[in-house]
Amino acid sequence: MDPIKIEGTPKTPTVNFNGESGVLEIKGRSIPENAVEFYKPLVDWIGSYGDSAKDTTQVNVQLEYFNTSSSKCILDVFKKLESINGKTSITINWHYEEDDEDMLEAGEDYQAIINIPFKMIEMEEM
Amino acid sequence: MTVQYPLYLQQIVNSLTSEVIKIFINDMGNGGEILHDFEGEITEVVLTQTLKNIEELLEKTEEDFKKSRKVYNILVEALQNLYHHTDAQAAVVLDNCDQKKTAKFILALKNEEYNILAANYIVKDNIPTLKSKLDKVNSLEKDGLRELYKEVLNNGQYSVHGGGGLGMIDIARKSGNKLEYDFSDVNEDYGLFTLKIKV
Repeated sequence: MDPIKIEGTPKTPTVNFNGESGVLEIKGRSIPENAVEFYKPLVDWIGSYGDSAKDTTQVNVQLEYFNTSSSKCILDVFKKLESINGKTSITINWHYEEDDEDMLEAGEDYQAIINIPFKMIEMEEM
Repeated sequence: MTVQYPLYLQQIVNSLTSEVIKIFINDMGNGGEILHDFEGEITEVVLTQTLKNIEELLEKTEEDFKKSRKVYNILVEALQNLYHHTDAQAAVVLDNCDQKKTAKFILALKNEEYNILAANYIVKDNIPTLKSKLDKVNSLEKDGLRELYKEVLNNGQYSVHGGGGLGMIDIARKSGNKLEYDFSDVNEDYGLFTLKIKV
C-alpha cells in the first residue's frame, strides 16, 4: 500500500507511515485549529494497513506540542491501532524531552486508556 | 470604582473592556511588563501570526524551557478558545463596539510569573454551562484534573472543533493554578467572558 508522507508545518506534524517497513512516525507539533481534518486520513490508512500488516509495527510518536483538538484525534489513531493489534504486534514509542513532565504525563494518560504496549523514551533534545 | 492608569497603558485598554480588565492592565503595568496585547478579530491568520510572535518572544525572555513550553501550550489553548468561541455575531449586535473588535488577549510578566488574560463576548444563555464547567475544573486538584481529563478524552464525544471540552481542563492542568474568571454585563443578550491564567 502507498505510504503516507507529510511534511511538517508550524502547526501540523511530520508524518511518515510506511506499510513496507511497518514503521509509523508522527513528529513535531500538532496545534491546528481543527485537527479532525488532518488526522482522518491517518486513521483510515491504519484501517487498510491492518489487512496487510507486517508481523510487528513500531509507532514512533515524538511531539513537542499538541493542542486539545489534536488530543482526541491522537486517541483515535491509537484506538484504530488497538483494533488491528491482533493482526500485527504493535509497540508505541512515546518520546518526550528530558524534564518535560507534561508530555510524559500525556503519554501515560494514553497508556492508561489504550491496550497496546507503550515505551516511554526520554530524549535529551528533540 | 474608577481605575487610574498611566497614559502608556491607556491604548491597551481600548474599547473591549471591563473593570476586571482595567484592574489587570493596571496591576501588570505596575511593576510588571506587558509583553503582548491584542484586541480585534481573531482570524486564522491573526492566530498563526500571534503564536509565531509569542514563540519568538518567549525564546528571548524565558530561559527555562519547561516554563516556556508550558506558557506556549496554554496560550495555544487560550487563543484557539477565543478563535472558536468568540461569538462573531455579538460584535454586530453590540452598538458600543466596532464590528471587528471581538476579542482581547494580553500576555504579561510580573514577579517571574506569566499572566494571561483572554476575553470574548458570550451569549448570556451560554454563561451557566461555561460557569459550571469552570467551577468543576477549579474544584479539582492535580490528580482529580488528570482523571477528569482522561474521562473527557475517552468519552467519545467531540465538539465541532474536535476538542470536546478539554481546553479548560488542559489549561488548569498545565498552569497548576486555579482559573480566574469573570462575566461582566454588556447588554440584555451579551456578556463579556474574561479568563485569567497564571503560569
